[in-house]
Amino acid sequence: MKKLSKSLKAALTLGLLIVAPFGWSASNNDWPMQEFEPDLTNLPSLQNGLQLYANYCLGCHGLQYQRYGRTADDLGIPRELALETVVFTGQKIGELMTTSMDPVQAMAWFGAAPPDLTLEARLRSPEWIYNYLKTFYVDEERPLGANNKVYPNVGMPNVLLHLQGVQRFDEESKQLIVEPGTGTLSAEEFDQAIYDLSNFLYYVGEPNRLERQRLGIYVLLFLVILGTFTYLLNREFWKDVH
Amino acid sequence: MQQTNSDSKQGGLAGAMSWLDARFPATETFEYHMSKYYAPKNFNFFYYFGWLATFVLVNQLVTGIWLTMNYVPSGDAAFASVEYIMRDVEFGWLIRYLHSTGASAFFIVVFLHMYRALRYGSYRGPRELLWLIGMAIFIALMAEGFFGYLLPWGNMSYWGAQVIVSLVGAIPYVGPDLMEWVRGDFLMSEVALNRFFALHVVALPIVLLGLVFVHFVALHHVGSNNPDGIEIKKNKDENGVPVDGIPFHPYYTVHDIHATVVFLFLFCAVVFFAPEMGGYFIEKPNFEVANPLKTPEHIAPVWYYTPYYAMLRAATFPLFGLDAKFWGLVVMAAAVVIPAILPWLDRSPVKSMRYKGKLSRWALRIFVVSFLILGVLGVLPPTKEYTILAQFCTMLYFAYFVLMPWYTRVEQTLSEPERVTE
Repeated sequence: MKKLSKSLKAALTLGLLIVAPFGWSASNNDWPMQEFEPDLTNLPSLQNGLQLYANYCLGCHGLQYQRYGRTADDLGIPRELALETVVFTGQKIGELMTTSMDPVQAMAWFGAAPPDLTLEARLRSPEWIYNYLKTFYVDEERPLGANNKVYPNVGMPNVLLHLQGVQRFDEESKQLIVEPGTGTLSAEEFDQAIYDLSNFLYYVGEPNRLERQRLGIYVLLFLVILGTFTYLLNREFWKDVH
Repeated sequence: MQQTNSDSKQGGLAGAMSWLDARFPATETFEYHMSKYYAPKNFNFFYYFGWLATFVLVNQLVTGIWLTMNYVPSGDAAFASVEYIMRDVEFGWLIRYLHSTGASAFFIVVFLHMYRALRYGSYRGPRELLWLIGMAIFIALMAEGFFGYLLPWGNMSYWGAQVIVSLVGAIPYVGPDLMEWVRGDFLMSEVALNRFFALHVVALPIVLLGLVFVHFVALHHVGSNNPDGIEIKKNKDENGVPVDGIPFHPYYTVHDIHATVVFLFLFCAVVFFAPEMGGYFIEKPNFEVANPLKTPEHIAPVWYYTPYYAMLRAATFPLFGLDAKFWGLVVMAAAVVIPAILPWLDRSPVKSMRYKGKLSRWALRIFVVSFLILGVLGVLPPTKEYTILAQFCTMLYFAYFVLMPWYTRVEQTLSEPERVTE
């Protein structure tokens, strides 16, 4: 099924191939981006992503267009459990996943209010989020002591520092290197956590994506069957003209 | 009276029909426009797009009505209401993607419909007025698309509208005041959003429906052209039926039904599997709410306006003491409107490209290619080289029209057949 939808996509974009090479590039800086392949069928990954988001991101970045209940249902989490584990604000399950941070104060603290991230994966790309979250490094010249390779001079502090450990940019090898033993997660564990978080944001960007593609298969199959009959009908009538 | 008496004896459907026909020209209208409307029997692929444009229009109207049920035209709520439709309304995502994909599909079928007219000379007499009505539909459609594009209130919506509305400001003397009047504010704001909403959902749909109706009336009065560009009405049998004509219903209805299914397959493939179409049908910056303080890195209109946008930007120098921006506006407006005078530019003794000479064929090819190149250039940020290319293609675009009276007259044409060819 997944393959079919992919080949369909490929066939459809074929028509735009002439234009595509001229299109915008996903990122406008030179940092080499690592590949990221989201997987919406991987529920444990999405659940972990939600958990991480609630713990580390939601305090500043709202998901103001998405509801807790919807998210819990889509991710296969019982609503009771979701209320206990990811709703820290006393909100009801049907409410929007807003942040409790005051944007005016946030402006004073960070220089810019942290953006809502509901559509971040569609605005940039899930790949961008994945790389962005992995490329924070120590930079004493920045007000909050951290800089980012994908989004240079970003106002956001390195929130996941204690998970990843202290990461520095090595001028010689032009690479980011984590000081061993400084983080609570191993490199692989941290990669997985970032993968899950990015995967979750990809889901939140368009929660209907899987349903859309599932339904699309049936719609196209129906049209193929209907098309066979309309073709035969047309041939039958035109027999006496030709 | 006698008629009514005999009718009353008929029962069932036939009785109901004659009751209706005595009071409303139901059968007469159906016969005039469908079962006794004789269309040339040699229609080809290019003759599907008139019907498909009607079909897409209906799709836009129906999905548009359903979107309006949940859309909120206000600066604070518009963007959020679109996401509400996408997430919380049952099948809202489907309705919205049908509408957004429908907008692009509309222009695809309309461009092909217009290309068909250029290819087979469908704008030539006695169809000049039909062509003019069609041009009015095209202009209304462009306006409809433009107003509609602001409604999601994304950042590209905002800045795209800002760029186009600011063109008004380039008009000498009255420009700045006129621009303020059009926007109703000193910058693009909720005032413009509400105006655009009213124009998009009420005013222009009425205009479009009216124009489409008279387009049909004019078409069925003069009869359809065909790939041979000859008049089938010149050759009728003893019953007054064109020898090369066949009743539109059932022959072309079954034709068009099949075409609709094929179209729907392609259309639904986009709706269900690539609704953003790589950022060309729904542009990425539009996933961020309108922000007057944050200009997108690169403002590009939706793909169907890009050929005209490229011509707008191709005007880079002031002339007669007037700003380059003003000339850009003039060039763009001229590019949109100039096809309207085609019926009076084409001096060829034949209508169809099948019998026209080499010059006409090359002129059309060059025209199409320059239009496509302009379309690509309109998406790209302007560089020096691209601007020169855009200026060159703009000249080619206009040359097709300006030189037409000359090249259609001097070239050697083939003689048209008496009867349509298969």
